[in-house]
Amino acid sequence: MFKQKYYIAFGFVALAAALFLSLPSSASSRLKLALGSLFLPLFGLAGATHQLPSDLVNSVLPRSELLREIDHLRRENEQLQAEQVQASAIVQENDRLRALVGWEKQQPWKFRLAQVVTRDPANWWRTVEIDLGSRDGMTTNMPILTRDGLVGRISSVGYTRSQVILVGDPKCRVSALVQDPAQDTGILSASGPLDSSLADLTYLPGTADLKPGQLVITSGIGGVFPKGIPLGQVVDARQVDFGLYSEARVKLNANLGSLEEVFVLVQ
Amino acid sequence: MKALNSMLVLAAAFIVVFAEAVIAVPRHLLGAQIDLLPALVVYAALNTDIVVLSLLAVLGGLWFDSLSANPLGLTILPLFVVGFPIFLQRDLILRELPFAQVVLGGIASAVVPLLAVLLLLTAGQKPLLGWGSLWQWIVMTAGGAVATPVFFTLFEWCDDALGYKPRTETSFRPDREILRGRRKM
Repeated sequence: MFKQKYYIAFGFVALAAALFLSLPSSASSRLKLALGSLFLPLFGLAGATHQLPSDLVNSVLPRSELLREIDHLRRENEQLQAEQVQASAIVQENDRLRALVGWEKQQPWKFRLAQVVTRDPANWWRTVEIDLGSRDGMTTNMPILTRDGLVGRISSVGYTRSQVILVGDPKCRVSALVQDPAQDTGILSASGPLDSSLADLTYLPGTADLKPGQLVITSGIGGVFPKGIPLGQVVDARQVDFGLYSEARVKLNANLGSLEEVFVLVQ
Repeated sequence: MKALNSMLVLAAAFIVVFAEAVIAVPRHLLGAQIDLLPALVVYAALNTDIVVLSLLAVLGGLWFDSLSANPLGLTILPLFVVGFPIFLQRDLILRELPFAQVVLGGIASAVVPLLAVLLLLTAGQKPLLGWGSLWQWIVMTAGGAVATPVFFTLFEWCDDALGYKPRTETSFRPDREILRGRRKM
């Protein structure tokens, strides 16, 4: 029943698995990205397929609709320009006050737009891949966000693509600050595997006065994420460890289930 | 024909892994991504040889891990451990019956993620697990069970379309031909 060639096949597979699993992490991640690049032709094909319906819609869109959209965008642009003038005045005032107090000047954030190309096929991780890599200046731990809030951080970088660990994955913990009067800080960590819109805020002080709807932002502690990036809102809270700590469930602002375009915070 | 079938199986594994990473519909609708590699392994174990099964486990596992946060090589062993016993017992399995295909596909799709998570925990990793994982496991099992007969049908169709047709024996025998008319001298 058990012929010699079966032994050889079993040995070959076991050896291959052991070899790949025992690779050093740097070699393993390089090999991973090299193997992942085999899918590049399919990425192009998928991108073209995604583009096709929107191209078709654009080609049949009536001119009046386009003119209306241009008008709307023009108005929005004017409003944003007015807000920018106001914001730059506030920035100058902030810089002046910081100089008076002797604090370091804040650097404005710089963003790079990236496209989400794949999601993790395994159900027990929450990661995505974006189409920017080391050739675009990406490095590990760069924060990723959308207009709504924080999405995650870059965990590994290839030449043309990078892997992003999303908020809610066990490997992505974020130091968070609740915008309550006491400015309580905690750690935003993984919640359940099903609902990607919720995360747990742990290690809050037992005396924290948490109410549903309170805003949660990054605290800036830890050095990976700058202070002030919106994370979400408190849903509910409870005390743990006989009142030593509090925990809260946070509804994340960013919709992690349908990410298509994200911003990389280059700083 | 055998080589063509083997190449088709490996190509299908490549496309299946890519599709799992790009298509998010099952995740949105059911809360879990369906893994089709175990179903493909069941087909390979019942219809190809040990070399193709081994290559499928190694390449399929590597491709899957390259698009995932899994350590590289983690999925190789679960795929092979599921396919190998099926391959050894394949003469006893009624492989043409859709019921047998569904049952085997379901079992394979249930065992592969369990083994993968077990290996991850053994390696000291902390995957995202909870009560919701039970639902994801059920979805993966059901998805794999449904996909297995589909793979069988698809490969059968490919065999019919691309393979040589078997030569059919005719009842005509030249030595028994009755010649009518006068024989030429």
